[in-house]
Amino acid sequence: MALPFFRSAEIEPPADIEAASLRSDRFRLEREVDWQRLEAIVVALEKGRPGRISDEDLLDLPVLYRKTASSLAVARETSLDAATLSYLEALVRRAWFQIYGPRIGLFGWLRRFLGGGWSTSVREIWLDICISLAVMVAGTAVGWLLVARDQDWFYALVPGEMAGGRIPGADRAVLEQSLAQTENAEGLTVFAAYLFSNNTGVTIMAFALGFAFGIPTLLLLVYNTALLGAMLYVFADAGLGLDFLGWLSVHGTTELGAIMLGGAAGLHVGRTMAFPGERSILAAMQDAGIRAAQVMAGCTIMLIVAGLLEGYARQLVGDTTSRLAIGGGMLLFWAVYFAFVKRPPEHDA
Amino acid sequence: MNAALGMTRGEPGKRDRMLVTPEGLALPLTVGSRGNRAGALLLDLTFIVIGVIVFFVVLGAIGFGVFDLANTTNANPVLELIIVLIILFMFLARYGYFLWFELGPRGATPGKRLLGLRVAARDGGRLTAEMVIARNLVRDVEVFLPLFFLFGGGGQGGIAGLAAFFWLAVFVTFPFFNKDALRAGDLVAGTWVVEAQSAKLKEAMSLAPDRSTDYRFGAEELSVYGEHELQVLEKVLRQNQPEALRDVADAITAKIGWQLGRGDEREFLGAFYAALRGHLESGMRFGKRKRDKHS
Repeated sequence: MALPFFRSAEIEPPADIEAASLRSDRFRLEREVDWQRLEAIVVALEKGRPGRISDEDLLDLPVLYRKTASSLAVARETSLDAATLSYLEALVRRAWFQIYGPRIGLFGWLRRFLGGGWSTSVREIWLDICISLAVMVAGTAVGWLLVARDQDWFYALVPGEMAGGRIPGADRAVLEQSLAQTENAEGLTVFAAYLFSNNTGVTIMAFALGFAFGIPTLLLLVYNTALLGAMLYVFADAGLGLDFLGWLSVHGTTELGAIMLGGAAGLHVGRTMAFPGERSILAAMQDAGIRAAQVMAGCTIMLIVAGLLEGYARQLVGDTTSRLAIGGGMLLFWAVYFAFVKRPPEHDA
Repeated sequence: MNAALGMTRGEPGKRDRMLVTPEGLALPLTVGSRGNRAGALLLDLTFIVIGVIVFFVVLGAIGFGVFDLANTTNANPVLELIIVLIILFMFLARYGYFLWFELGPRGATPGKRLLGLRVAARDGGRLTAEMVIARNLVRDVEVFLPLFFLFGGGGQGGIAGLAAFFWLAVFVTFPFFNKDALRAGDLVAGTWVVEAQSAKLKEAMSLAPDRSTDYRFGAEELSVYGEHELQVLEKVLRQNQPEALRDVADAITAKIGWQLGRGDEREFLGAFYAALRGHLESGMRFGKRKRDKHS
């Protein structure tokens, strides 16, 4: 005899089936043990305790689900018992939620994502990445050319507080100072964490703006890289071009890469909205959205890395060659990762 | 019969949808109402804020002790670690909360669960982790950016501020412009938010002692009602309230021209229900359905 506390695990067989005068009620009484077994399994799954399900029940789960689904189909055509029909519908719906629910948790997803899901999505939006890259190069060139022709453009492009003395015609020493390393790592952690939080915002914005057929994304990319071009001109003008590139490349290859991918993801969604092809716009958007979201989730990781590089490596490594080496190394790492990490096996998908 | 007894089955409401599972079974679903979804979001935001406050209180309680020990004014490595922790925690609160819960077996954040909602795939297929990620990344634009915009005084930005306001307003009001109350994130991810009630299996109706010998109903008497009336009768019988039973019994006896003694309502209605259901179900087996008394 089981303890009364565990009684819920026991399913009472129905009362005398033959006592029911209606055929549809006999139908129901004959099958309700199966339904209740399924319900017990579904409840355990919903509570996140699959360990409570016995092996026997687990093996029977697909059969029980199909049996109950077919009971529902039959009952709809033969029974007018509204309560039973509602019960069956709710039960099949809950079982359907479990059987077709997300099968991996946050960590399982993360493992698969890093093991190839991300690089696959990145490869799938290669065209948008090319567009995004071209726009960023063009933006930088525009920024450079504008400031080279008329230095007033610099003040229009770069907000005052960001420039911080790094203006056209500034003293070489001032500019050099701004590129220099700091003496120690104190205070840098906070700086890195702050940068990360900030840059994530920019990247997500680039993605979200993609919904307007991608045009705001393009504008955002052009504006941000024009700023870069303007800054680049200022330093090149003072003969510090290579030093600036080194200073920038430490985190810039990763960060600009993330912004490029974020922009490409936004463009991908916007482009699909404008040209859905053969499919319905909703179906096309869904495919594009899911792919873009994968890329975006990856951008967050890249931005964490960029924030750390910016906060620590850049301030601690002073010499231009090492800075260029770190930046180039990161660039190579990302390129290899995106190009060669294969799609994960689908067995748990 | 009594119209105030409410809706019965087979009357699709405005938010009812049919979803076909991969097994080919049509399942009725109810799209979550906009009010419920807004309520769920507010609940979730409240939980997050409470979590953040608790986090800071705990941190403060620990922190004061640490600061007294270290006793240096600036560049305190412990303080630095704490600030990093804070920034990471805020990041997790913003993204991790929704992802963690919607990827769980209930497919719902605590707020959604309290209001009986959950996330499901719109096409009836499996809800994948990628879908959940996609719908929650867009949430950032729909919820957090407008919040920061409002509280951060973004409205003072002139033309750009105004443009940003309208752009964000499009996202925020998106659910009001489609019938499934999809927000932009749902649209992109191919998901929707549906009601997830559970129902208890109630007693079978015809287990009561068979009264078909005491009450005999002819085909003519049974043909005055249809499925709708049968379901209302079922509801009355299950609720088992004496006044309602009396009213319904009076209505039926008047309709079929019977006389009924006081106190026999429950037996009479039980017998009539069983007879009517048997009658209608045997019609069903031959493909004849009778929606209600008018058809």
